[in-house]
Amino acid sequence: MLNGSRRRWGLAASFLAGLALMSPAVAQTPKTLKVTMHADVRTLDPFWTTQTIAGIHGLMIYDTLFSSDADLKPQPQMVDTFTVSDDRKVYTFKLRDGLKFHDGSPVASKDVVASMNRWGKRDGAGKQLFSYTASLEAKDDKTFVWTLKEPYGLLIETLAKIGTSIPFVMREKEALVDPFKQIEEVVGSGPFVFKKEEWVPGSKTVYEKFAGYVPRKEPASGHAGGKVVKVDRVEFIWLSDPQTAQAALVAGEIDYLENPQPDFLPILESTPGVKLEKHPAMGTMGIIQLNHLHPPFNNVKARQAMYYLINNADYLNTIAADKNMQKLCYSYFGCGVAMETDAGSDAYKAPKDLKKAEALFKEAGYNGEPITILHATDHQYINPANLVMIQQLRKAGFLKLDVQAMDWGSVVSRRAKKEPPAQGGWNIFITGTSVLSSSNPITHVSVGMGCDKAWFGWPCDQKFEDLRKQWAFAQDVDTRKKLAVELSKRAYDQVPYISFAQWVNPVAYRSDKISGVLSVPSVPPMWNIEKK
Amino acid sequence: MTTYILRRLLATIPVMAVVALFVFFLLHLTPGDPAAVIAGDDASPAEIDGIRKKLGLDRPIWEQFGLYVWNLLRGDLGTSIFSNLPVMTLVKQRLEPSLVLAVATLTVAVVLAIPMGVLAAWKARSTIDRVVMGFSVLGFAVPVFLVGYLLIYVFAIQLRWLPVQGYQPLANGIGGTLRSITLPALALGMTYMALIARITRASMLEVLSEDYIRTARAKGVATSGVLLRHALKNAAVPIVTVIGIGFALLISGVVITETVFNIPGLGRLTVDAILKRDYPIIQGLIILFAASKVLVNLLIDISYTLFDPRIRQ
Repeated sequence: MLNGSRRRWGLAASFLAGLALMSPAVAQTPKTLKVTMHADVRTLDPFWTTQTIAGIHGLMIYDTLFSSDADLKPQPQMVDTFTVSDDRKVYTFKLRDGLKFHDGSPVASKDVVASMNRWGKRDGAGKQLFSYTASLEAKDDKTFVWTLKEPYGLLIETLAKIGTSIPFVMREKEALVDPFKQIEEVVGSGPFVFKKEEWVPGSKTVYEKFAGYVPRKEPASGHAGGKVVKVDRVEFIWLSDPQTAQAALVAGEIDYLENPQPDFLPILESTPGVKLEKHPAMGTMGIIQLNHLHPPFNNVKARQAMYYLINNADYLNTIAADKNMQKLCYSYFGCGVAMETDAGSDAYKAPKDLKKAEALFKEAGYNGEPITILHATDHQYINPANLVMIQQLRKAGFLKLDVQAMDWGSVVSRRAKKEPPAQGGWNIFITGTSVLSSSNPITHVSVGMGCDKAWFGWPCDQKFEDLRKQWAFAQDVDTRKKLAVELSKRAYDQVPYISFAQWVNPVAYRSDKISGVLSVPSVPPMWNIEKK
Repeated sequence: MTTYILRRLLATIPVMAVVALFVFFLLHLTPGDPAAVIAGDDASPAEIDGIRKKLGLDRPIWEQFGLYVWNLLRGDLGTSIFSNLPVMTLVKQRLEPSLVLAVATLTVAVVLAIPMGVLAAWKARSTIDRVVMGFSVLGFAVPVFLVGYLLIYVFAIQLRWLPVQGYQPLANGIGGTLRSITLPALALGMTYMALIARITRASMLEVLSEDYIRTARAKGVATSGVLLRHALKNAAVPIVTVIGIGFALLISGVVITETVFNIPGLGRLTVDAILKRDYPIIQGLIILFAASKVLVNLLIDISYTLFDPRIRQ
């Protein structure tokens, strides 16, 4: 009996071992980089949606006029040279030689003009730039002129931005498509060609090296410099389960994992051949968004009271237990970036004071009305953040909470409702933004206080908006830093939202299999990476 | 028989119509907005309105329903809002992994579970019976994701015999497909094995107490003959029903297994579409799933006549 059992186990093991040997024979396999990004490529038009994954896909196939280097400084990319008039209103750009689309046609100024116009209708920073634009014209095949109504100081920075939507250059044919409709053909002039016939949405997206791409001569730095492709193919393999994604990296089935779940970082750190990479400006900032239209948070006292209830550290310990990934950050513009400032944050940094919070809520006229919280239960960090916040608010003892559990898709839909909470509206929801987006007061949409034009929650403060405009017109970093301090003080006074934490999302990759991974805060590039 | 099949096929038309109506209105009454998902987190309400208009989601619901039915009648399941690809193309991409996983899972389950169930019934109330039933309870109780992670840990990470994730299409060679499907089929097969073993045991126990079994034994028929030719054949109707329903369930998606092992099947396509409110995909898939369930039920009914000729009358 024992022998029979052993024989059966032996047979089972032989079957599995046999399967292990059944790998298809491979001759001259192309060098393929296998990566798992934070999301799946489901949309091919990087202007149609502002999802970051659409930006990552766009970065593979399209090129940009400018790019940000590792220090987040703008550098020319498709642009060869440019001049600025003395009154800083007229920018003249010349494209560099050798630029061509994947169909072989040369990149011309008319493509750039059409692309910028399309992008400027969808992207927040783009809309801002175009609101100060007098004209954008192609002068000849390689030269185009951007004329401003006023000396807006962020033109180059905006064209170099790496937060979505990135100002990619498309063919004029696609760029003339209504920006609210998706383009049909995906033909860029970037370092990779999209293989549409191999695209399986929800599973795999494939790119091949574009042999006709002419990289810049400068070494690669961040998203700037020479985009030298050192592999034949890149496959984005979508692994929706974080456990499986980390197991695939450990087993060497993928080379690069953009966004490992914080729980698995200790495992990855201790795995031989796996390296974690982080950029100083990398990370996520949590946002407790308050609705400024309805009681109690239409009163500034109630919004300020939240500082005495919300404890930043609790969120960090829940979301990113690894201390190396935490940043106890009190800057509205993120930490580890040029505009970092905690000016005005004294109340938030002070020890929590439930009595003070209760007094402020009373001053705001709060009398036990239910506070409606939209709780997304299906989101990696928003769900635990909600649980922590609900506990902190319940601990106060005087707030009546109406917690409504739903999926993130429902929150996204519901947050747009301006009606009072009792009629389908809301008081609080939690979301997040990248530190990169928040590092610029213009691209940081949640901090804007433009009333009806503001982000969900609709904060309203003209003084803050005036300061924002001054920041956008400042011509040097020092002036911007000074203005950021003023902006921070005003934000802490008016409380557009409560920032609850900042944590780092490092990328993980097989350092024993690949090298040349570029350090960037977001939207990882796949050029410069070599497969050993 | 032909009349019977035709009658059954015609009866599916009102079923499908009700499903279409139900699916459409249920989806559109559910909170959530694809335009908001498309627009992204930084979009303004005006931008979301613009996208909604372009997608035709601002039109009256009856107008949207009319268009949906008209397209359905022409065999057009629509186009995905996000990927801009026809729903049928997306279904075709996912059909093979789902079918292969379903067949592999049921093969593993049937090959192991039926002998286990027969053995348990034959040796009822013995240690063998308890072991088989204990395994069945375990198969039901242990979540499939846990079995999946354990199999990955042992066979993919520690032993490196099989891949952690992914599916290799049949076109690339049967070897690759078998390698990629073995762990998911084993993980998923546990539940079905438990189910089929229990049903087989219960059905066999009932048949084994029949008079004709006692007669067969009295006539000196060997135990194997009694069990397989007399008992199992007569106990087959409920077993086939469970296998058939299991197949239909497997086709319409085993989301957790597909997610854990990264199998690009129909289950994940459905859940992803629901989370993003990609209405055309959800509507198209539910119609297809309903059709497949109707078809499988028909096949089950036909198979009854093979095992029990009395049903033909």
